[in-house]
Formats: sequence, C-alpha cells, structure tokens
Amino acid sequence: MDNIAGSKSSLSWAVNVSVLALVLLWLFPTVGLFVSSFRTADQISASGWWKALFPTEQTVQVRTGGREAAVQDGDLFVVTGNLLTDEGGPGADAEIVAFGVSSRAIGAYQVGETAEFSDGEETLALAEDGSYRYTSVEEPGRRGQRVFLTAVTAPEFTTDNYRTILFSGTGQDNMANAFFNTLTVTIPATIIPIVVAAFAAYALAWMDFPGRALLIALVVALLVVPLQLALIPLLRLHLGIGIGKGYLGVWLAHTGFGLPLAIYLLRNYMVGLPRDIIENAKVDGATDFQIFTKIILPLSFPALASFAIFQFLWTWNDLLVAKVFLIDATGSTTVMTNQIVELLGTRGGNWEILATAAFVSIAVPLVVFFAMQRYLVRGLLAGSVK
Amino acid sequence: MHPALQGLLTIVIGVGGCVGYFYFSNQFLDKVLYPAKGPNAGRNINRANQIRPWLFLFPAMFALGLYLAYPVFETLRLSLTDRSQDGAFVGLANYNQMFSEAKFWEAIRNNMLWLIVVPAASTAFGLLAAQLTDRISWGAAAKSLIFMPMAISFVGASVIFKLVYDTRPVEQDQIGILNAVWLQFEGGVGSFLFLKALPLIMVLGFAGIVAYVAYILLMPFLGKSSRSEGSFLTIMRIIGAVVAVWLVFVSLRSLIGIVFSDLPYGQPQTWLTVPFFNNFFLMVVLIWIQTGFAMVILSAALRGIPEETVEAAIVDGANPFQIFFRIKVPQIMPTIVVVWTTITLTVLKVFDIVFAMTNGQWETQVLANYMFDKLFRANDWGVGSASAIIIMILVSPILIWNVYNARKEMR
Repeated sequence: MDNIAGSKSSLSWAVNVSVLALVLLWLFPTVGLFVSSFRTADQISASGWWKALFPTEQTVQVRTGGREAAVQDGDLFVVTGNLLTDEGGPGADAEIVAFGVSSRAIGAYQVGETAEFSDGEETLALAEDGSYRYTSVEEPGRRGQRVFLTAVTAPEFTTDNYRTILFSGTGQDNMANAFFNTLTVTIPATIIPIVVAAFAAYALAWMDFPGRALLIALVVALLVVPLQLALIPLLRLHLGIGIGKGYLGVWLAHTGFGLPLAIYLLRNYMVGLPRDIIENAKVDGATDFQIFTKIILPLSFPALASFAIFQFLWTWNDLLVAKVFLIDATGSTTVMTNQIVELLGTRGGNWEILATAAFVSIAVPLVVFFAMQRYLVRGLLAGSVK
Repeated sequence: MHPALQGLLTIVIGVGGCVGYFYFSNQFLDKVLYPAKGPNAGRNINRANQIRPWLFLFPAMFALGLYLAYPVFETLRLSLTDRSQDGAFVGLANYNQMFSEAKFWEAIRNNMLWLIVVPAASTAFGLLAAQLTDRISWGAAAKSLIFMPMAISFVGASVIFKLVYDTRPVEQDQIGILNAVWLQFEGGVGSFLFLKALPLIMVLGFAGIVAYVAYILLMPFLGKSSRSEGSFLTIMRIIGAVVAVWLVFVSLRSLIGIVFSDLPYGQPQTWLTVPFFNNFFLMVVLIWIQTGFAMVILSAALRGIPEETVEAAIVDGANPFQIFFRIKVPQIMPTIVVVWTTITLTVLKVFDIVFAMTNGQWETQVLANYMFDKLFRANDWGVGSASAIIIMILVSPILIWNVYNARKEMR
C-alpha cells in the first residue's frame, strides 16, 4: 500500500517505533550476557548489567594515612595524601560527588568543604582531585580515620574472563578443550552427509527408476522422525559393533540424522536446474557420474551452502546427540554445550564464568550466521515453503 | 591419536571413500559388468542405467534406514520388553507403568501447553515482525537482528535467559532484568495497566483469534461453503474446532484468575520455581528463538502476494487492518500452516532448554526430558522407549500431512 502514488502512510513513525521496540526486546537478553562477560564477578553481583554501560555512583570506604604518615605542624598533626589513588581508593578516574566522616552521614560534605569530626578535634579538607589534608589535635591512631566517598566511576570492563575461560582456567573453567572437541565433532559431521546426500539427491531428481516417488515420500517422512526414537537402538548398535561412545559414533549419528534434510533440500534444488543442460550433456556422451560432478555439483553450490550452514549450526549447538553418543564417563570428550550445562549446575551463581563460557560457544555460530545469512534464508525458504 | 587428527582422517576417509565408492562402482558397472561395447552393447547400456540409480542411492538409503527407519521399529519393540528381565516380552507393562506416573502426566500437560503457546506466539510475533519490517527502510537490518537467536544454541539461550530471570535477596540490587522491572511495580495505576489490563487484553485477543479459527473450521458445516471434502479432512476440522472451543473456554476462565489474583508486589521472585507459570518462562526462550524463523518465511510469503489484490482492496476503500487480515493473511495461509507445523515439530522435541534450566523440577517436565531421565538416570529402557513412542505418535499426524502434501505436489 506504500507504493501507490500520493499515499504515504501516516502510521510510518508508529511502524518505525514498533520495529525498534521489537528489535531491542529481542537483542536485550543477548546484550546482557555479552556485557556481563566483560565484567568482574564483583561488578556483576553489585549491579545489573544495564547499569554497567553508564557511569555508576557508588559509595566506598577509604582511610586516611595513619600515624606514620602524620607530620607535626605546630600543635597539630597533619596528614596529606590522595583518597582516590591511595590504597583502597576507587581510582583516579572517579569523580567525587560527596564525602562524609561518619557512617551516619556518609554524604554530608561537598568537595572543597572541610569536614569536622564529632570529637571536634579533627578536620578533613578534600579537594576535587582527591587530595586531602587531615588535621588532628592528638596524635592520629595507627590506622588512620575512616572516610566515606560517594564517587561516580566510569564504566569499566575487563577481558580477564575470556583469558580464564580460554587459557588460564583450570578444570571446568577452561573451555579450550571443549572448544576443540566441538570443532572435531562438527566439521566431519557437516561434510560427510553433504557428499552422501548429493549423490542420492541427484538420483532422486534426475534419474528414472521404479519406486522413486516412494523413496521421496520416505525421505519426507523421515524428515520429521524425532531423533529421540533413535537414541537407544543406535546406542545399543554402537556398543554392539564395538564403536562404543566416541567421535566415530557421533559423526555417524549426525550424518544419519542430517541426511533427510540434506537430501530433501538438495533434491528440491536440483529438480529446478534447467533440463536442457543435462540432456545436452547426455547427448554429448557424458555419463551420469560426469554430469553429476561436472555440472550438477557446481550449479548446486547455493543449496550445498544452505545445508552446510544448517548442519553446522545444528551439530555445533547440539547437546543431546553428544551426550548420548560421545561423552563417556571420563568426560574428556565433552563438548561446549555439555560443559556449559555442567557449569550451570556447579557454578550457577558465577555469572562471569557462565556468561563468558556461553559467549565463547555462541560466538562461532553468530559469525557464521552473519557471514552466510543469505544462504541460510534461502535454505529455510527452500525447505519449508514448498 | 589426537582427536583433531582423527577428525581430519575421518573427513578424508569419509569423503574420499564416498567419492571413491561412487567413481569405482560406476566404472565397474560400465566397464566390467555391462560394458557398452560388443554384441550386447545396447542392452548393456540399458541394464547399467537401470542399476545406476541404486548405486547413487545406496549409501544414503543405507544410512537413513539404519539411523532413522530401523530405530522406529526397534524402539517400538524395546518399549514392549523389559531390560531387567533380559529383554523379555512384557506386553504393555511399560506403558501401564508410565501411565501410572504423575510425572508423565505432568510432562503431557506441559507438552500440550508448549504445543499451543509456542507455535502460536512465534507465528504471531513472526507475522507481526514480517509485516512491520517490510515497510521500513532499515527492515533488512531489523530482520537480521530478530533472526539472530536462530544461531544461538538452546543451551546458550538458556544461560542468557537464566540471567534474565536471576534473583537476588530483596535488600540487594537485582541483576536479573525481569526482577528489576518487577520491583518497579508497587500496585499503583501502572501496575494495574501492565499486569492486569494488558494480560487481560492479550488473553481476550488470543481467545478471539482462536474463536475465529474455530469459526473458519466450522464454516462448511454451517452451510456457508458448498465445497465437498474427504472424510479425513472433515474429521480433522471437527477435532480442530473442538480443541479451539476448549481453548476459548480455558482462556475465558483464566480471565477471572487474572482479575482477582493477588500479586506479591515488592518481592523478588524466583521465576523458574513458580509452578505452572515457570513453564511460560521456559517457553519464552523457544519463542525468542523461533520468531526469527517464522518471520523470515512469512516475510517471503508476504512479498509473494500479488500486488493487484492489495491495490484492488485499497481502491475499494479497505483500511490497513482489513488489508492485512482479509487480503494478505488468507493468501499466505498455507505458509502459516507450514511455519506452525515446523515449530510444532521443534516443540515436541524440545529437550535442551528444560534440561539446562530446570531439569523438569518445579513441575516443568516435558516428554523429551522425561524420556532422557528414564533412559540415562533411571536406566529404564522400556519406559524410556515407551515415552519415545508417545512422542512419535504426537508427531505422526504432521508426518502424514507432510507426506500427503509432498505427494500431491509431485503429481
């Protein structure tokens, strides 16, 4: 209705706003995890991640210098220093909003004012840059006086979590091993079904033989068979023929489970290729094998790419198949999804570990997704709209 | 051997083996078995061409048969045997045992809830997003962002939403966004609007849509259409209508609950442990993932609508809502059905989300997780297989429908 001359929808701004709201709603959870993965454990438990993006006002307790730092000046003892940068201070970037010298009035004084302690014998003058001058009639105590600073600190992020998860972490906190295991599962499990399925799809699309329609119907039927049904029989089979639990088993299982979609997608695509090319090649004396490898395969690249992305995302993100066919009692072949579930159980409150681990596992599919979205969409449309 | 090396070797052997198999079997067929020369050249070529399709098909069919077809029957057989009695045939004992477990019925109830809510919500949101993004300049970018959760694993999404649902004691800052928002409500006007009026409208809207669907389904029986159909479709229509009427009844009844419920304002909630409602918090995760899928497909369908129909409607003075609901939606109905069934399949198999977030505690059990529990914790393969068969039975209407459509299309 927008493309009719002269009629511009008055709802246009409403549409823009609603889409923006929808997009933000959809992004919000992921952004939360992403931001949390760059914060320290203390920061995460102190405030919501949405506050981490803005300067935060927080109150910290610091101490002036003690007896050793005091200098006698006439009949007064004087301590000077910097509350921001001294030990325990919030750092030089922080901006002091208010300060106080008693826990009952932690924000009683503004910067530049001189605070008086309740005994009337001590004063504290604080400048904007954090430097202070403390005076006392009596010799100060060994530990110095408590001062409460209300300071605004700039957002602060760290990459330490990623260092822990990828390199320096120990035991469950280290995902490097699981990352490589996942990769080891994924790549063969993506490539092998493509090869197997491509030949079958060609036969179903371009070769004439009795029972072809029945086989296509079978593929469509198997497309929706829940893989839950396959778990026990196949595990028994694998244990029976000696494959046991391991990479070979999980590769075979993923190949089997991915084949219906692969055959279906590729066949639908190959059927649409122009008949002339294939018949011309046949007239010129090419065999089916040559037609397949020289003509069909290169032309089917978009469909191959679509399926490859599907299968990659599916195997990378899979938990169930890996749990059943791969991960044995030793747990040395754990994949990332499984390790994250275990972390959820044992480190449920350690969000810095959880968020980072989850993001490490999410990152690769996200990159693939954004890089090859075109093929993914095309594959979805080919697989579902028909 | 290092697994990475083993993986590389497997790729080489797998791919090389496949290509080698195809190449050499074709060579064998053409050169040795039925050579295309000599006195019988013509007959040999014909014979070779009769056999060749099966050479191409064999590896795939073998793998499909072994990894998907055979397990269906083997699972059926296992569900009738008892592992602890050495695989003796026990008839329907496993099913009887399963039917007597409260956890199983809880899983069935939850699965039904999931089946109704998730496809409906994902399709509705997807349709909304598709319609809206098609009309703005930055629609492609918006789509890509809404589509993004498709790439995130169910486990990753579970972690993401666990953070959203996280709870802290009341005196600390909340780090879960849901509780932070929840604590903003204190029972005033805003709370009434958002927590009573809005759900009320949403449930009413849902009931309205379902009632409309029931009306459409019942149309042939009300004498509005003279088209005759097969008995299968008639039965499906009646079943669908009965379910729809029941849904309308349930949602109208829940309105009372919404109006009169006493909400615990000011108390941080542990969302995942609130019985019944925690199911919806789990469903949100799947809806979040599946909406992008629905949006992409529905958006393509919306673009495929012939421009003339829309223009004709504008000329006749239809408003945007009429155009959307009376012109566009009926034309993309087949696609909506496909999206709906595809999401339904995903829902029936949902395992990771429940496993990672609650593991079926606090009345959130679903069939797939129930089955995993039986298989690998209780080690009861009989009952596990029986529950897998239940999933299969739930899937089979869609399976038949898909095959029926595929065959119709091929004719």
